[in-house]
Amino acid sequence: MANKVLVLGEVREGALRNVSFEAIAAAKQIADGEVVGVLLGDSVANLAGELIAYGADRVVTVEHPHLKSYTSDGYSQAFLAVCEQEKPEGIILGHTSLGKDLSPKLASRLNSGLISDVTEIEGAGEDAVFIRPIYSGKAFEKVKIKEGIVFATIRPNNIKPLEKNASLTGDVASISVDVQNLRTIIKDVVRKASTGVDLSEAKIVVAGGRGVKSAEGFEPLKELANLLGGAVGASRGACDADYCDYSLQIGQTGKVVTPDLYIAAGISGAIQHLAGMSNSKVIVAINKDPEANIFKVADYGIVGDLFEVVPMLIEEFKALKVNS
Amino acid sequence: MNIFVLVKRTFDTEEKIVISNGKIQEDGAEFIINPYDEYAIEEAIQVRDAKGGKVTVLTIGGEDAEKQLRTALAMGADEAVLINTEDDLDELDQYSAAYILAEYLKDKEVDLILAGNVAIDGGTGQVGPRVADLLGINYVTTITDLEIDGTNVKIVRDIEGDSEIIETSLPLLVTAQQGLNEPRYPSLPGIMKAKKKPLAELELDDLDIDEDDVEVKIEIVDIYLPPQKAAGRVLEGELSQQVKELVNLLHSEAKVV
Repeated sequence: MANKVLVLGEVREGALRNVSFEAIAAAKQIADGEVVGVLLGDSVANLAGELIAYGADRVVTVEHPHLKSYTSDGYSQAFLAVCEQEKPEGIILGHTSLGKDLSPKLASRLNSGLISDVTEIEGAGEDAVFIRPIYSGKAFEKVKIKEGIVFATIRPNNIKPLEKNASLTGDVASISVDVQNLRTIIKDVVRKASTGVDLSEAKIVVAGGRGVKSAEGFEPLKELANLLGGAVGASRGACDADYCDYSLQIGQTGKVVTPDLYIAAGISGAIQHLAGMSNSKVIVAINKDPEANIFKVADYGIVGDLFEVVPMLIEEFKALKVNS
Repeated sequence: MNIFVLVKRTFDTEEKIVISNGKIQEDGAEFIINPYDEYAIEEAIQVRDAKGGKVTVLTIGGEDAEKQLRTALAMGADEAVLINTEDDLDELDQYSAAYILAEYLKDKEVDLILAGNVAIDGGTGQVGPRVADLLGINYVTTITDLEIDGTNVKIVRDIEGDSEIIETSLPLLVTAQQGLNEPRYPSLPGIMKAKKKPLAELELDDLDIDEDDVEVKIEIVDIYLPPQKAAGRVLEGELSQQVKELVNLLHSEAKVV
């Protein structure tokens, strides 16, 4: 079904994002033939080797000053030019801010279906079926493309990348595209993410709810997240109460996350919040109320005041780090 | 300004999902306007109030969606359009929904289209950008601020927590992210007025759409609930002991730190 699968290598601040390696693994699973990495940017060819090390058979690059920042116009022109040359039967992108914005336009241009936000692929080659959450994870659906290009975006952190093998080699070719008529100008990017770790890709998330009581109350959670190399999240309650920015909200409105470890501090566990995090691998709940809903989905629970528990946790994790 | 808002009727966020015969049961469930679409409606009303013009809310669905359209009219939208596909189509996907919406919109001389950045049921976020592409207009997704000056548009876009400052121009489609505004509740006079506002109902025939044009490209093979999580362990004993135990469990049992 998919003789050739294209994978977009997503570049952020000069480095490839993990989701691109996960996308290569996904592409390998559905491909009967080769997997071709695609790199778009003003200077990205140096990253081709890494895509190959993660399993891409070869790489096609498009470099142009107009591709320095992502725009749907610029990237779609470049990616469609690659499609025109390569005639792929499959395409995999990350379900990231960029992938979510670009993929519908590509699907529209290619007159194809698009399976968004895939968390698992069952079967291989022609029989591959895509699994994706609906109702923010309250249910799941298994989906197939009926005809045409097999096009999917995959959620970061769910599909395992292949082992990196630096001895792999592959062809790297560039094609030149006259990227023009951009209707969007990016004037500036303001960094807000509090720990520098992206919430949707974080392996560990420390989230606070109404129990955090104030913006300052988030400080110990940030310290814990920093210590663990994780990201800070929040419940709708905490965002509505202005303790933190809406960009941190996790839930059916807000972000859906599936980290290895989710620590919920002072979060009661409304259905709408659970939808955004209950598929995390391990969930820890810290709450004063032993009846709180969050304990029903938690693997480990501590009934207690987060302002007592979190500082203790920080000390214990520090001790663990020293000892290991 | 000629403003359109794409709206979807969805399950209330507090609803649990029940599946029988491979389908999600809708009986007795509460339905709402997709929360992200509420931001879009609010923004459309604010833009119209500042710049003049007309706000039309547009949805695809069955008779039941009239209720959500009336709510949007009660918030302050001027007109509503329901494209009723109940009798014509068994299934819709993002391709077919976008095709139908674009066929309706193509001769409307739109200045601005707003939509939610994602619907909380299907969760694909595809329809807005697909519609923009079919209409040949530019789009910007997940916006948290919108300023219009003549045909110049300044936008703040949420990109995974960071903010991108963007300049573009009308005509344009934008999709709303949380934080864009605080959607108003319909007022009582608003609700009364909404009953008299125009609500047009169209079918595929009225848009000269053939059923073959909107054949879905995606096939749903199965729908199921996630496996129930086994009850977790609530730790006991002195608080400091619990914390020690927890860190130990996360390290040696769960192996996540």
